[in-house]
Amino acid sequence: MATRLDSDLITGRGIRRAFGDTVVLAGVDIAIRPGEVVALLGGSGSGKSTLLRVLAGLDDDAAGEVTGRGRTAVVFQEHRLLPWKRVAANVALGVPGTDVSARVARALAEVGLAERGAAWPAELSGGQAQRVAVARALVREPDLLLLDEPFGALDALTRLKMQALFNRLRAEHRFAALLVTHDVDEALLLADRVLILEDGLIAQESPVALPHPRAPDDPGFGGLRRALLARLGVPASPDQH
Amino acid sequence: MTTSTSTERPGAAAVTATAAVPGHPGAPGGARSGAAAARRLRGTGGRWRRAVTPLAILAGWEAASRAGVLPPTKLTAPSQVLETGWRLAADGSLGQHVLESLTRAGIGLGIGAALGLALGALAGLSRLGDDLIDPPLQMARMLPHLALVPLLIIWIGIGESVKVTLVALGAFFPIYLNTYAGIRDIDQRLVEAARSCGLSALDRLRHVVLPGSLPSIFIGLRLAFGAGWLSLVVGEQVNAERGIGFMIMEARDFSQTDIVVLGLVIYALLGLASDLILRSVERRALAWRRGLTAT
Repeated sequence: MATRLDSDLITGRGIRRAFGDTVVLAGVDIAIRPGEVVALLGGSGSGKSTLLRVLAGLDDDAAGEVTGRGRTAVVFQEHRLLPWKRVAANVALGVPGTDVSARVARALAEVGLAERGAAWPAELSGGQAQRVAVARALVREPDLLLLDEPFGALDALTRLKMQALFNRLRAEHRFAALLVTHDVDEALLLADRVLILEDGLIAQESPVALPHPRAPDDPGFGGLRRALLARLGVPASPDQH
Repeated sequence: MTTSTSTERPGAAAVTATAAVPGHPGAPGGARSGAAAARRLRGTGGRWRRAVTPLAILAGWEAASRAGVLPPTKLTAPSQVLETGWRLAADGSLGQHVLESLTRAGIGLGIGAALGLALGALAGLSRLGDDLIDPPLQMARMLPHLALVPLLIIWIGIGESVKVTLVALGAFFPIYLNTYAGIRDIDQRLVEAARSCGLSALDRLRHVVLPGSLPSIFIGLRLAFGAGWLSLVVGEQVNAERGIGFMIMEARDFSQTDIVVLGLVIYALLGLASDLILRSVERRALAWRRGLTAT
């Protein structure tokens, strides 16, 4: 057990969080290993984002124990770029070191926005702004990436492109990631393991043993998809009642 | 913004009283909508059309004076005002009065702005500061500060300090209120994102809170300029020995309407110039917003 804990990148034990009388997290245990992508599924209001914020160290009022090592970076559902800083300055925000501008340029190139460093965030499209947010996380060379519905606000086509970008970056940098999402397909396309958060606890954990590259029409994908949707209480097809 | 309109109203009243200058932008709030309207009309010849009525009023005024309809003891012709201005500028007395008034306005605005920024930041940033500072100031805000003149005279006399104090009081409230509101309105999600990027509390203040509240602080500054000029006008009518106000009061005693009108024009020009300067500084400091308005 001890060796297992040592190898985990981040461990949360007995995480509790209540807003007033509403208990959102009722003692969650979670562990993420290096290089592993974990998808966190759950209904709306199930506390997925709350759990992510606790793991990111952004929630001062949560109880429980979180131990982590290595560098962590967060990508939110909204891009959350500072509108008064140009794109490059946004990516460089809080990055220590001497070769910051070169690293920023590299990160922007990796998300395909090498030319937009001097633009204001307001001049970018939604997809571009979200790619800058990814670059802002990448430049920190994270061991663990915390993603809070990162592609949820994008249109369907842009979302597919972003998912492909994520898989490419992940293959290259081998970071671990916790991906909060409400999209079962996205979880199955990107994750090695899927967790379902329900009633404030991790209700189910299932590995996704599909080979990369994955596509929704792969054999085995549909079965996993139906099982997860059933677990979430959603009919797998709108024709089902 | 309900907070700022109360301070805006007296400013607008002061401007209409001195609205002999064509194209005067009026109170800061009106200036913005005016500028927007001008931008919309530009390129269709509308900018020149907007100058027609003010010019016609000036021409009518001049004609009425020359025809003897307007007696010079009530209102002198614009050309006479211009001539008097030229004469007083040439002998240096106008420059001295303007400098005197500008100094008062500058010191008063400086004090009011510094206090407004400091207290607004304290109340906006800390819960304790909010609880201790905001209630008395919200109460004091309801008091028209110009009504304090008698009390101020009893407290600090009729010298320079009462004039500077009035300007500082007028400038303080809009800056305090808008600094406070600007800080409170900052998107907490941006603060959280900055925190996730590893920024310390001090760095978050510098990179998120200050630039984020700057648009609101600039609104406060423009309202403060309007209120400051208004306070100066009132203050300079209290036993001034120099300054534009003194020039006007002295001319009134001798029924020199040309100098009285000249003083009003100078007041209006000073207000216009300060607003233009502030707007150009604002354009530079808030360059990032241009992208927002363009899309």
